[in-house]
Amino acid sequence: MTEVKAKDIVKPENLAYKKSKILTDNVMHYCPGCGHGTVHRVLAEVIEEEDLQSKTVGISPVGCSVLMYNYLDIDIQEAAHGRAPALATAVKRLLPDRFVFTYQGDGDLAAIGTAETIHTCNRGENILMIFINNGIYGMTGGQMAPTTLIGMKSSTSPYGRDVATMGSPIKMADIVALLPGTCYVTRQSVNTAAGVRKLKKALKKAVEYQRDKRGTCFIEIVSNCPSGWKMTPVESNKWMEENMFPFYPLGDIKVPKDS
Amino acid sequence: MEKELKLMKGNEALAEAAIRAGADGYFGYPITPQSEILEYLTEANPQATTGMVVLQAESEVAAINMVYGGAACGKKVMTSSSSPGISLKQEGITYIAGAELPCLIVNVVRGGPGLGTIQPAQSDYFQATKGGGHGDYHLLVLAPASVQEMADFVELSFDLAFKYRNPVMILSDGAIGQMMEKVYLKPQKKRSEEILPWATTGKPATRERNIITSLDLDPERQEKFNLKLVAKYREMAEKEVRFEEFQTDDAEYLFVAYGTSARICQKAIQLARAQGIKVGLLRPITLFPFPKKRLNELGSKVKGMLAVEMSAGQMVEDVMLSVNGKTRVSHYGRMGGMIATPEEVVENLKIFIKG
Repeated sequence: MTEVKAKDIVKPENLAYKKSKILTDNVMHYCPGCGHGTVHRVLAEVIEEEDLQSKTVGISPVGCSVLMYNYLDIDIQEAAHGRAPALATAVKRLLPDRFVFTYQGDGDLAAIGTAETIHTCNRGENILMIFINNGIYGMTGGQMAPTTLIGMKSSTSPYGRDVATMGSPIKMADIVALLPGTCYVTRQSVNTAAGVRKLKKALKKAVEYQRDKRGTCFIEIVSNCPSGWKMTPVESNKWMEENMFPFYPLGDIKVPKDS
Repeated sequence: MEKELKLMKGNEALAEAAIRAGADGYFGYPITPQSEILEYLTEANPQATTGMVVLQAESEVAAINMVYGGAACGKKVMTSSSSPGISLKQEGITYIAGAELPCLIVNVVRGGPGLGTIQPAQSDYFQATKGGGHGDYHLLVLAPASVQEMADFVELSFDLAFKYRNPVMILSDGAIGQMMEKVYLKPQKKRSEEILPWATTGKPATRERNIITSLDLDPERQEKFNLKLVAKYREMAEKEVRFEEFQTDDAEYLFVAYGTSARICQKAIQLARAQGIKVGLLRPITLFPFPKKRLNELGSKVKGMLAVEMSAGQMVEDVMLSVNGKTRVSHYGRMGGMIATPEEVVENLKIFIKG
């Protein structure tokens, strides 16, 4: 049997996809199997395909994606914990023709930044909010998040989340969908190739709605956290499908009336 | 266009001056005694004329972070509040200082601590001049003593903020904010359309991406950054110290006072001199950088300095550091929204002179 070498098969006609030029060459700090890398990649593809690099201002959060600016070749502002939507509000109002998005985790968007999230959506700011929900604080080492499932163990709910003392997980997408200011609210995931394609479609819709000044777009991505959940990447995806998806069902929650 | 003469409240004059200075955005939240700024701007609706954005945020926290986002675009943006609200903004202010962004923050000070009172005070001096939030940083702090200065300091603040890429604070108080005086207003300036090279406005093919952040996980790089800030504050101390002197030529004693207290001291000087006490006044206009050098010089000339503040004694510490033991320094102050009368100040000067 002859040995197949990479250079023999890596040819333009064999490429299924290539790295977007919006992604930098920096090695990502994300853990193996984490959804962040995939979401960054899809976002980069959309920015490239929509020719938005020179018009995009992104706002990164505090959390695992605090260093998002290392990976995306766009202008980025790094916000204080939870405050990304306030920054985005000002950017969009001062530069109305730019594509403005926030990228936030569950601690950032659904705990410390709840007021900014609600009021930005309520004002109907023409921005996109990307919400990575993995039900845990990843960066600080696996503490309970507002979205941690009932009974789920974390370093600060070591006996499992107890509703009586810790409250129930909060469904932010459903909450912001109630506000007239949001035009598009959807829940996606990137655990399968089909999911990745659906996310890309959702992002492209959000770009279109922002261009048309329709209001706030909110895309939740239910994601895994192999390190925080203390599972292998494969186990974490299975656990996510069996436990997260029933509580946070995927699909559109709100779409513009005429779409 | 000629300068325009109007009778206005300090808060209103500041708001009008912001429009005329060509500000790009104001983000605020109501709190007494400075709500007139937001009210004036929403009524004036400059979005329709100059294009200036005015937005009532959901909190002081959101407002200062809107300022952060706007400043990161290289825009002339500002917020205003009063003491409890300024405490809430401290997180945003330290990020802005850490990201080296220009902006204007106005504090129309009221008595504290806590909810305190809505009457004037000068009890936020430490917070304003020593950083206020976490980490090693300083704001450049201007202290107006009249409605005219409430107006004039807006443009000056923006100029200094952009010159040093540093947040600037106008430290006013409830008296200056609420009182009415005549004020000369400058003609309308056009808003700048310049795109600053460091601003996050969308990355064109012609430059690297711009990143606005206050984060550096590498301690060696972070220390270098801290040293850069130290150098910046040193440059401010060399170039930006502003103060005013009244009757210091023959003074045997010196009042040191800013804002409303400086106005009271001017009257107290008249009363004291009528009684044969040769007293003068140094009014710091910049509280950071502080007029240390001049106070040190005067420390060799006078027999004593009395810091008059509406606080338990905050600026007096900087006066002591400035004179470094050359002369006696003491403090007289009222608190909780109480304002000293000129007579009261003279009586306390006499007590100070007796020792």
